[in-house]
Amino acid sequence: MGTSLDIKIKRANKVYHAGEVLSGVVVISGKDSIQHQGVSLTVEGSVNLQLSAKSVGVFEAFYNSVKPIQIINSTIEMVKPGKFPSGKTEIPFEFPLHVKGNKVLYETYHGVFVNIQYTLRCDMRRSLLAKDLTKTCEFIVHSAPQKGKLTPSPVDFTITPETLQNVRERALLPKFLIRGHLNSTNCVITQPLTGELLVESSEAAIRSIELQLVRVETCGCAEGYARDATEIQNIQIADGDVCRSLSVPIYMVFPRLFTCPTLETTNFKVGKRDGCRPAPPGLPIMTALTEGPWSLRRTHGSARGGLGRGPEGVRGACGPPRGASPPCDEGSGGPRVSPRAGCSARGRGCRGHFPWRRFVEPPERFYLQHYIRTGALWGQDSRVRSREGARLGWWPNT
Amino acid sequence: MAVFPWHSRGRNYKAEFASCRLEAVPLEFGDYHPLKPITVTESKTKKVSRKGSTSSTSSSSSSSVVDPLSSVLDGTDPLSMFAATADPAATDSSRKRRDRDENSVVGSDFEPWASKRGEILTRYTTTEKLSINLFMGSEKGKGTATSAMSEKVRTRLEELDDFEEGSQKELLNLTQQDYVNRIEELNQSLKDAWASDQKVKALKIVIQCSKLLSDTSVIQFYPSKFVLITDILDTFGKLVHERISSLCVDHRSVLPDHFSPENVNDTAKETCLNWFFKIASIRELIPRFYVEASILKCNKFLSKTGISECLPRLTCMIRGIGDPLVSVYARAYLCRVGMEVAPHLKESLNKNFFDFLLTFKQIHGDTVQNQLVVQGVELPSYLPLYSPAMDWIFQCISYHAPEALLTEMMERCKKLGNNALLLNSVMSAFRAEFIATRSMDFIGMIKECDESGFPKHLLFRSLGLNLALADPPEGDRLQILNEAWKVITKLKNPQKREVNTVLADVIKHMTPDRAFEDSYPQLQSIIKKVIAHFHDFSVLFSVEKFLPFLDMFQKESVRVEVCKCIMEVFIKHQQEPTKDPVILNALLHVCKTMHDSVNALTLEDEKRMLAYLINGFIKMVSFGRDFEQQLSFYVEARSMFCNLEPVLVQLIHSVNRLAMETRKVMKGNHSRKTAAFVRACVAYCFITIPSLVGIFTRLNLYLHSGQVALANQCLSQADAFFKAAISLIPEVPKMINIDGKMRPSESFLLEFLCNFFSTLLIVPDHPEHGVLFLVRELLNVIQDYTWEDNSDDKIRIYTCVLHLLSAMSQETYLYHIDKVDSNDSLYGGDTKFLAENNKLCETVMAQILEHLKTLAKDEALKRQSSLGLSFFNSILAHGDLRNNRLNQLSVNLWHLAQRHGCADTRTMVKTLEYIKKRSKHPDMGHLTELALRLPLQTRT
Repeated sequence: MGTSLDIKIKRANKVYHAGEVLSGVVVISGKDSIQHQGVSLTVEGSVNLQLSAKSVGVFEAFYNSVKPIQIINSTIEMVKPGKFPSGKTEIPFEFPLHVKGNKVLYETYHGVFVNIQYTLRCDMRRSLLAKDLTKTCEFIVHSAPQKGKLTPSPVDFTITPETLQNVRERALLPKFLIRGHLNSTNCVITQPLTGELLVESSEAAIRSIELQLVRVETCGCAEGYARDATEIQNIQIADGDVCRSLSVPIYMVFPRLFTCPTLETTNFKVGKRDGCRPAPPGLPIMTALTEGPWSLRRTHGSARGGLGRGPEGVRGACGPPRGASPPCDEGSGGPRVSPRAGCSARGRGCRGHFPWRRFVEPPERFYLQHYIRTGALWGQDSRVRSREGARLGWWPNT
Repeated sequence: MAVFPWHSRGRNYKAEFASCRLEAVPLEFGDYHPLKPITVTESKTKKVSRKGSTSSTSSSSSSSVVDPLSSVLDGTDPLSMFAATADPAATDSSRKRRDRDENSVVGSDFEPWASKRGEILTRYTTTEKLSINLFMGSEKGKGTATSAMSEKVRTRLEELDDFEEGSQKELLNLTQQDYVNRIEELNQSLKDAWASDQKVKALKIVIQCSKLLSDTSVIQFYPSKFVLITDILDTFGKLVHERISSLCVDHRSVLPDHFSPENVNDTAKETCLNWFFKIASIRELIPRFYVEASILKCNKFLSKTGISECLPRLTCMIRGIGDPLVSVYARAYLCRVGMEVAPHLKESLNKNFFDFLLTFKQIHGDTVQNQLVVQGVELPSYLPLYSPAMDWIFQCISYHAPEALLTEMMERCKKLGNNALLLNSVMSAFRAEFIATRSMDFIGMIKECDESGFPKHLLFRSLGLNLALADPPEGDRLQILNEAWKVITKLKNPQKREVNTVLADVIKHMTPDRAFEDSYPQLQSIIKKVIAHFHDFSVLFSVEKFLPFLDMFQKESVRVEVCKCIMEVFIKHQQEPTKDPVILNALLHVCKTMHDSVNALTLEDEKRMLAYLINGFIKMVSFGRDFEQQLSFYVEARSMFCNLEPVLVQLIHSVNRLAMETRKVMKGNHSRKTAAFVRACVAYCFITIPSLVGIFTRLNLYLHSGQVALANQCLSQADAFFKAAISLIPEVPKMINIDGKMRPSESFLLEFLCNFFSTLLIVPDHPEHGVLFLVRELLNVIQDYTWEDNSDDKIRIYTCVLHLLSAMSQETYLYHIDKVDSNDSLYGGDTKFLAENNKLCETVMAQILEHLKTLAKDEALKRQSSLGLSFFNSILAHGDLRNNRLNQLSVNLWHLAQRHGCADTRTMVKTLEYIKKRSKHPDMGHLTELALRLPLQTRT
């Protein structure tokens, strides 16, 4: 085994907020004493944008816009060149999470075309004879809980053959009537999406009812933009021919890392706005859509078990219940307030400089679409399944 | 031939006893001894195994130096170890004591799932071919420590995808056994994956397993499949829970039984949360449901209300399951997990039930019917598939449930058109008292049920089982009975009054025209049912009409059969001895009936059976300290059961026991009253024994009773017993019948006499008779007895007599009876007594030698040799070899034994060795000389 280098972050869930201090220890262990040319620690945070295959041709000209955007990058020298004794050496570190200038610490997000990732890297430089040692460790940034309270915005929906879109021959469809409601279209990211669905009638036997969470990622610059809708996860809420007139719960936990609060910046946004027809993979022929503007946010009192949430969590817990405050910034014309309160001052200040306000329309939308697939038309999509695998395997500590 | 005098060797029994005993060696504290309790001080192995399970966390921080303090704390702390390994059942019960609210813990009166499990597996089987989706564990190199995180993640994802798609295959055409084996393999691979730290793989396996539960292709097998797969889920749930609680344990403290989420550290919480996130993203409904339910318990790590929030949500989630069978089993699983984890959360149980009722109509829906047609399954065989799950749900709900709730449930069931399936489950799961109080309603519902799918007799059976356990309300009883009587004629109801009514009714119907003569079997079955339920015989016999009912059995054979049944049940169920006059009277009557049926034609087996039953009754009768009452009962019993010899034997034994009990109560010192009572007991025995037929039975009983009399200081009575025994010996026939075969009786006689001799040692001489009068009389009888021609038994007996006489000539005897002076203290080693004794010995020896002489014929040489040797041994053991003539005699005997080469060389060698060994003892020096005079003959 020889020499090993490891980073241990103090918080078990590795979640930090802007302005907090990222702390932990670097652990160096080896059987013999270790000669080195210095150990440094680097915090990096960047937004990686990627254009989808279909957009590449159109936007070749704007390749600049797909350059990674650096949010934070700083290095500290932990140990001067020297020697570590044999055995285990722990070097504690603290890193205040502050950004320079007008940059904002966006929330960690692992998407398809947009990726926001923060890493902590420890490098141990060594003499020519020995390889340099590097250890990288991802940590997660959450935006601070939003101050404003969320008004639940329930929505009812009805699905019948008539409401179906992208259907070729409506006459061939079996008759059915499905009704339901969602408790709110403004969701707190840490809380599940809830609602109910009720099959009043259906001529054909139902095989499955599924709920699909779709994200819309927009990358762009002055000359244009690319917007892509992809599936995040697909959750089956009913299997088989469910009982008629018996409400089936709609319930979905937003997967961590793969979702983030609705976000809008100059070069990219994550969310969904009206008018864009998403094309999720494996779109069934018979799809009933009810969609509306969706927003996801992190609010006060979001109960994520009070894990490492720091003082905000505590404050939130004793704050007023959500749903009692004025509605959030839905549709207001003024400068958009970024959903994160923690870094809002700077964000708002710089917002004015961006000329691409037209893309920002009803902003900060995270689009959730649910639809019913019925009958024999349902087929299994291997891509969906592999993503389930990704979600299961992602977060390593089990 | 000269007469050899006998000189007994003086014996010091105490010293001999001490020298024969094994040497006792005091044991030092640290010494090894096989019986010493094992105390293990080494704890290394424990520690290693613990390390293994938490290797993922400890590997990076493990240091080479072992801290002696922490190593002590690591697992060997006896208290924490006890807490960790304590039997869950034990902690359960202790917790029950602690908790006042008994609702929070499932008590022992809740039938556990484990007991249902086996039943389901054996009941729901199939011969159809099954198919299973199974994956082969991917053997790709595991992602070792890669330098960059993203890279690691990528490899991981690839691995997972590989696992997901590439290595999965469907196996078709499996027999049920293959299928079970495959599932067992999956269970094993789950454990392996977990042990090798591939937790995500383990999760995948569990997901795949629970997916199997959405497949209803071979529907008859579904309940068993459910059992098998939920076993895997349970394993998984346990593993996850253990893993998380191991994270909570900070090497130092052990998580208490009732921990609160605040005590759980962040790492554990985060890991736990992660599991829930992972499971929340499982795409398919059924696996997501089952896997989440399996780790429901882990919610305790996150928040106090976690479980109470989760259960209703999971309950609602089941609504999404379309297939009614799949959904009812999902509900059963949820109830099972819920009862285990949070038995106080009743609401979700109820919700499950009501939801189930809402979806109940689906069973008759098109989808299910189509499926049944495709699979070729009929409704009557489909519906019982629901029973295990429904019974379980109902059992969970009705456990300690308030009346109101049960009533509400019943109302809801009623609304569904009295479905037989539901009704049956209700009746088999709800409390018997509940059912009993509403028996009229139930009868009504049963009547209204349509017969399709579920046969009515099963419903009545369920109802009957309930009524057998609990009493219906007073007012309704008769009506219930009448209602049920119309449908079935065999409703049994162990309430005294009702049984009485039934019996009276039966009597009323049966008596006219002696109708009962035609229906003995039915009446007999009624009796059987009644006594099967009445285990308290005092209640049974206080049922007025019971004995009149018995009187209806007028045909003797049937009557005896019934009596036998009653007695069998009595012997089986009566735990305590009784003196209840009602029971005694009735059972004496019953026993008398049985006894009176015995006649010349009765078979031996039958007699034995009857005697066994009557004996069982006699043994159960006890008047406690009222010994006289007890004796008078025995007197009465003797007069009643005089025809059954085993009963008389039992009575004699019982009376003897009574005498000894009296002695015990008086601690050996009889008062005048008890002495008289004991003499009465002895007299009872003395006059009862002659009425027996079996000669050895009589002999043994005489001896036994004589011993009892002796022990109770009834000397003259004891003498009478022994005299009677002696005078009986000449009557012993040469052949006796044992188990239907004629056998020579001599060996039995020999056995008896040896036993007799050992008793005679302590019997004191009668002052008016001569010295050793009993022994003399016995010797005369033996002398006159016509022995088998070619038998040496007589000589063997004489040898024994020699032993007895030697023992009698000792200063102190080997044993005594408390408060009885034996000859040793009577004569005190008087020379006249000893001379008398020796004279007897001489006579006996002369007899022996005479006999040896007669054996000097060719065919008898072998016997001569062995007898000679045994006589030699007797002299060696009991005789004083310092006496020259005796010494000479023994040498002669030695030669005689060897003379014709018939002796067993090995025995001779051993004997000689023994003599040499003995000669080393002090006072035994003369044996050296003897040994020199005993040559060993080599067989050439």
